[in-house]
Amino acid sequence: MPSNKFPTLFALIAAFTLVGCNKTETQSAHSNDAAELVVKIGASAPLTGPQAHIGKDNENGTRMAIEDANAKGVIIGGKKVRFELLSEDDQTDPKTATIVAQKLVDAKVNGVIGHLNSGTTIPASRIYSDNGIPQISPSATAVAYTAQGFKTAFRVMSNDSQQGKVLGEFAAKNLKANKIAVIDDRTAYGQGLADEFVKSAQNNGAQIIAREYTTDKAVDFAAVLTTIKGKQPDLIFFGGMDPQGAPMVKQMRGLGMKTQFMMGDGGYTPKFIDNAAAAAEGAYASLPGVPLDKMPSGRDFAARYEAQFKQPIQLYAPYCYDAVNVMIAAMQKAGSAEPAKYLPELGKVVLDGVTAKIAFDEKGDLKGGAVTMYQVHQGKWQAVETMGGAATH
Amino acid sequence: MKFNLKSKPLFAALVIALLVFPFVTDALLGHGWVRIADFALLYIMLALGLNIVVGYAGLLDLGYIAFFAVGAYTYALFCSPQFGLHWPIWIVLPLGALLACFFGVLLGAPTLRLRGDYLAIVTLGFGEIVRIFMNNLNAPVNITNGPQGISMIDPLRIGDFSFAKTHEFLGMDFTTVHLHYYLFLGFTLLVIFVSLRLQNSRIGRAWMAIREDEIAASAMGINTRNIKLLAFAMGATFGGLSGGLFAGFQGFVSPESFSLMESVMILCMVVLGGMGNITGVVLGGVLLVILPEAFRHGAGPLQEAILGKILIDPESLRMLMFGLALILVMLWRPAGLWPSSQHRRELAPDEATVHQEQETVYDASR
Amino acid sequence: MDIFLQQIINGLVQGSVYALVALGYTMVYGILGLINFAHGEVVMVGAMVALTSLQVLLGLAVAPVLAILVSLFVAIVACMALGYTIERVAYRPLRNAPRLAPLITAIGVSIVLQTLAMMIWGREYHAFPQPFANSLHAVGGAIITDVQLGIVIVALLMMSGLMLLIHRSRFGRAMRAVAENPSAAALMGVDINRVISATFMLGSALAAVAGFMVSANYGIVHYYMGFMLGLKAFTAAVLGGIGNLRGAMLGGVMLGLIESLGAGYIGDLSGGFFGSNYQDVFAFFVLIAVLVFRPTGLLGERVAERA
Repeated sequence: MPSNKFPTLFALIAAFTLVGCNKTETQSAHSNDAAELVVKIGASAPLTGPQAHIGKDNENGTRMAIEDANAKGVIIGGKKVRFELLSEDDQTDPKTATIVAQKLVDAKVNGVIGHLNSGTTIPASRIYSDNGIPQISPSATAVAYTAQGFKTAFRVMSNDSQQGKVLGEFAAKNLKANKIAVIDDRTAYGQGLADEFVKSAQNNGAQIIAREYTTDKAVDFAAVLTTIKGKQPDLIFFGGMDPQGAPMVKQMRGLGMKTQFMMGDGGYTPKFIDNAAAAAEGAYASLPGVPLDKMPSGRDFAARYEAQFKQPIQLYAPYCYDAVNVMIAAMQKAGSAEPAKYLPELGKVVLDGVTAKIAFDEKGDLKGGAVTMYQVHQGKWQAVETMGGAATH
Repeated sequence: MKFNLKSKPLFAALVIALLVFPFVTDALLGHGWVRIADFALLYIMLALGLNIVVGYAGLLDLGYIAFFAVGAYTYALFCSPQFGLHWPIWIVLPLGALLACFFGVLLGAPTLRLRGDYLAIVTLGFGEIVRIFMNNLNAPVNITNGPQGISMIDPLRIGDFSFAKTHEFLGMDFTTVHLHYYLFLGFTLLVIFVSLRLQNSRIGRAWMAIREDEIAASAMGINTRNIKLLAFAMGATFGGLSGGLFAGFQGFVSPESFSLMESVMILCMVVLGGMGNITGVVLGGVLLVILPEAFRHGAGPLQEAILGKILIDPESLRMLMFGLALILVMLWRPAGLWPSSQHRRELAPDEATVHQEQETVYDASR
Repeated sequence: MDIFLQQIINGLVQGSVYALVALGYTMVYGILGLINFAHGEVVMVGAMVALTSLQVLLGLAVAPVLAILVSLFVAIVACMALGYTIERVAYRPLRNAPRLAPLITAIGVSIVLQTLAMMIWGREYHAFPQPFANSLHAVGGAIITDVQLGIVIVALLMMSGLMLLIHRSRFGRAMRAVAENPSAAALMGVDINRVISATFMLGSALAAVAGFMVSANYGIVHYYMGFMLGLKAFTAAVLGGIGNLRGAMLGGVMLGLIESLGAGYIGDLSGGFFGSNYQDVFAFFVLIAVLVFRPTGLLGERVAERA
């Protein structure tokens, strides 16, 4: 091994170092020049890869909240505040999520809205917690996220256990399904929700007659559906997202199955109906919170979202919107945007959001956690019933 | 190591550069880049491990991430509330490496007769099998916690010294990313050292003989079966070690960290850097970890600087630039950025072939 | 019994698609000894182009049959152009490079194509238009849809056409000659570069057809769809013996059957310990078992030693 090769390597690293360094400095200079107080909100979701469309929706929701706050003119501790959005792509990858988290911490964000998936939210939460940065996930549902004991971890979404409980009860009691087949996509979200659904359905007297699996990249479900068809269930529950749910219900009808079909919040999207077309009719899905058009600000939010981004809300944008507003409310109450100062207030905030009345329990989970069941009726998601909510869980 | 004998000042400069590197980076760019450097070191270890299999022995392995996964899960299972075990790292890290080594032999044994692309697909399948098992072993008995992954993994700790806390030393703050840097650097140097020693040993020469011509190698009295298994085992051991460190650093492991794309990325590091050459592989590892991150930081501002506004959103541009970089680097240097001298010799074609090739291409364009 | 028959049908439909894509891998491999990792993305581009042209044509109220044929044609042409370009840009300059170098450019091409598709067609899943009602047919207690029937028939037609082309035509003879021994073929007056380009275009045309069929069957298109499909098809090609055309077809159909029977019966076979979550494990175990006993795949005779 000749010795003169290593320095070249370092020259290279140094070159990279210099390229990046310019940038950081301009950034920090930027935030100090104005008389107004600049508050940086970090956001992270997958913006590339298979879930990019939902990730972008998250970013849009966060952006809208920030633009609204800037337009309204928020005063914190007597100073006029301008909010800045720093949005990062975590690529649904746990490792990238920690790099992104560190980048946001370095950029001295005052709080973080994210991440989208439980698999990225959990490893990132350790870094936010170490640095005392409050984090509100709009969509991570794994129970483990808030069970780690981090004071900085919050979510404005019901967790798997809250939502699975409602779904199982609805299937067994309201739909009177006795024999239920369950499919999940072997992701943290799909498996977690399916397990909680199974528990709740069994507690309510239903019988799980088949447990089948697919993946979050699959498009062909004929084999598992055929197996399930042989067992003649009353209802099929799928723990997963709409890219699988839509072709799945389509293939069910293609196999001549008339069984009822049910999903969690991953199914409640306009795309589910577009992609499953006629097969979507009659399918059920849940969504935490109250229907948007039941909340005074919700209807307005949906209309403005469509006007601004030229597409309907995909999924979690309203939760991101609420998450930002909760964070701002806590800052206002504390009279400071300093993470250490407003963090204690964050746990105490009560806010009428666009998705629900938002308050956190001692773990950082959504208190109460109402869940609404929807059904596809004439090519549209229609609210059927809102369950849970007022009662504490 | 050989080079320290040749030029002492250079070696000293290198040592100092490596030691102050995190502080310089931290001061100029912030913690984020030190963390990226930590990951780069982990990937360098992986790339060096794969280099033994692919670069030295010439066995195309597309499932290498499985060994990383085995190491990571070993650490996670024995150092987390999952089973309530909190074993010290000097037991768990070697155990993870050993288990990975065992899996390496397990993979190697049935595939000894396979060559080239058949081997590639079997190793790819093996990598997927390991990932699928980890993703599904939460029922009927919960071992790996399935897709939920294992959280709250103990940080790396030696005695009472935790790498997850900031320590003050000589009036300087050593934060967790700094401490991990030094720890990983130590292990990386160890892996480099072992690689170097192997390369110049009987075993290393046997590997290269197999790579060049397996039949000739066996005719020369090399036990190709054992030597191939040893390549798989050694490569896997490094992977397992790196995996254990990853689990302790990250504090969370889940099967999605061990996808096929990761195996492909590590292979890219080895090939892009220069197969069979340690410096090249290190360079490949550094580049492929840093490039996407550099693009992440640079894609937005660069566009603004050139075009005055953001036309393509930065994430797309980042992936686009990364893909293009892979293509261009390989077109520019087909043997890798820093090929081993042996490869380079082989690649310099004698003049007759060059002449002939040019003739055919010329014919085509006519 | 009807469940078993249904699983066979499921496997055949899936397998026909794998076989078409696998042919693209195997043709390129037979000639260049190169795994064209970007092939899956060509399938995706075919599907995307077909989607757009179908949307446009149906929007212009063109008769559905005509619209389908025209957009299939457009997709084929687009993919052929793409296949040609990929070969020229990413593979030809590396023809004498170490054999892993083109693998890396292939990965680069995949990333670029995926990202470009994401920028052009967006991040969301698109519904593939369905101008006809997809009616169901009962076959001895099992069910098959029009589209599925179409897939199997088209795949069979394409494959027999390809076999005819390769074994009966002048171009086919040139292709086989190049696969056998490039320098000898060149000496005999075969224009190697032209044959290689044509092979890529032919494989890409098959990919376009496959892309169209997959989209029509599942009714959903996404810029990420090529990756898994490409991987499965590559596995199928190796299973059958990479470089061997009949092997690719056999491997494709077999993989389809293995997957669907695996997902359907693995639970019963293992006494409920393993479920359909181990479908891919099952498929890979079969693959490994086949390769242990036949190291060059089911029908492969050529020993691939270029390491």
